[in-house]
Amino acid sequence: MTDRVAAEPQEAWRPSSVQLERDEWRRRRTIRSAAIAAGSTLFLLGAIGGAVVSSPGWDRVRETYFSWDKAVSSFPAVLDGLWLNIRVMVVCWILILLLSLTVAVVRTLRGPVAFPLRLLGTAYVDVFRGLPLLLVIFLLGFGGPALSLQGLPTSPLFWGGAALVLSYSAYVAEVFRAGIESVHPSQRLAGRSLGLSYGQTLRHVVLPQAWRRVIPPLMNDLVSLQKDSGLIAVLGVTDAIRKAQIETALDFNYTPYVVAGVLFCCLTIPMARLTDRYARKKGYHGAGGHL
Amino acid sequence: MSTPRHSPPPLRSPEQRRGDPATSELLSLKSVRKCFGDNVVLRDVDLTVEPGQCVVLIGASGSGKSTLLRCVNLLEVVDDGVITFDGRDITDPRVDGDDVRSRMGMVFQAYNLFPHLDVIGNVTLALRLVHDVPADEARARGLAMLERVGLAEKAKARPDDLSGGQQQRVAIARALVANPRLMLLDEVTSALDPELVGEVLDLLTELKGEGVTMLLNTHEMGFARDVADRVCFLHDGHIHEQGSPEQVLGDPQQERTRTFLSRIRAS
Repeated sequence: MTDRVAAEPQEAWRPSSVQLERDEWRRRRTIRSAAIAAGSTLFLLGAIGGAVVSSPGWDRVRETYFSWDKAVSSFPAVLDGLWLNIRVMVVCWILILLLSLTVAVVRTLRGPVAFPLRLLGTAYVDVFRGLPLLLVIFLLGFGGPALSLQGLPTSPLFWGGAALVLSYSAYVAEVFRAGIESVHPSQRLAGRSLGLSYGQTLRHVVLPQAWRRVIPPLMNDLVSLQKDSGLIAVLGVTDAIRKAQIETALDFNYTPYVVAGVLFCCLTIPMARLTDRYARKKGYHGAGGHL
Repeated sequence: MSTPRHSPPPLRSPEQRRGDPATSELLSLKSVRKCFGDNVVLRDVDLTVEPGQCVVLIGASGSGKSTLLRCVNLLEVVDDGVITFDGRDITDPRVDGDDVRSRMGMVFQAYNLFPHLDVIGNVTLALRLVHDVPADEARARGLAMLERVGLAEKAKARPDDLSGGQQQRVAIARALVANPRLMLLDEVTSALDPELVGEVLDLLTELKGEGVTMLLNTHEMGFARDVADRVCFLHDGHIHEQGSPEQVLGDPQQERTRTFLSRIRAS
């Protein structure tokens, strides 16, 4: 019953003339395509750049949004504010993952005993997906500290973070639930037929597969959170956007906003690339062939 | 959980198994009925499997063979009747289904291996989680079982990188590694190319020789004739005829059985 690998005689293979001709054609076509792409890109960028620069208001636009001196002078303050965004994002993201995974699992529980839990989970998701994030931030950010509840801090940072966690977890819970339900029922059956309990099957069979499938949409939400972490600036928390606002207010030069925007992109774009690589590494090998 | 979970006794020789007078039957179904909505899939099914026996279910697609196996594995809840396994009524709702399933091995038509685990991970998952076997011992037992099915060198491979026949042999190893009292095999060769069917059937024949008790359904009549102790013909959810393979396949008494067999042979 052992698998034998047939030992093929090592023969010298030389590509046939047909194959050589095909390879040569492909090589020529690749060079031509690259040349055309490079040429048309240069032309397009040049045309756009020329049109923008030669337009009548360009000097004022450049001075207001792309002032190098202003960028340099505001950079330290904006970067300092960004550090707060990063901390808020990391802490909130961990909490969001925990809360949303719990809600998603609760919503997939079966049986009448779990009905109240399911109902609670569904109600939570419905309500917090329906509420605009800004409204939740206002509600909790201004209302929360006013309650001065025992044991809870009154800092706007805490309540703003809580608003982000509550609002985002509702979305992310649905991402997780979609992932859980996308795992074929036969996987659950296989787990249960081995004697694994419902929970063991969920933990060791369903969730690992679901997790892998939802990484891209999860990263989408993380990038979104990264930007929305700036919304807590409305509570007076000095994050990157608030810092940029303060810098702008000095002389009504809007370059600090552009600086903040560039910094946000510097965070999100590498993360998107990293995610792609991670997902590809952990993912299944598709049978896509060269198409 | 009412009963303590324990690992079943290790594999015994066929002689030991057959000479076990205390339990003449390992599995018995009495008047089992199963419906999906208005669709009655099993009606009045009576069936027994004795230790060491290989019982083969035959019948057309939709005759209820798979459902029968799934009911025995408690993946489906019966609507009436009693299934007794190892002297216990497992259709009693108070019975711990996980415990019952942990003492059976089920193999599916589409393998249902876990794609996120490697082969050895698939084989040892239940040992570690259900049977509380320490990781290194589970690994040793898993490797021994892979050796047994001829796939020791594939321990680190992912299921997706294996051929269909290899995947099915891994699935059999996964079901067999915890020494189940009963193996349930649901059309385990139906998804395989003809040339791969042989390697799986050969393995089942060897297992039968080692005294593994099996209840399976198949369209491989040659296998049924050579290996089965008893063949049961299902039609429309009912066992219309059962007996030795020579009798059911060679000299069927029922018109329906004859019709089915002639269709199988014509194809």
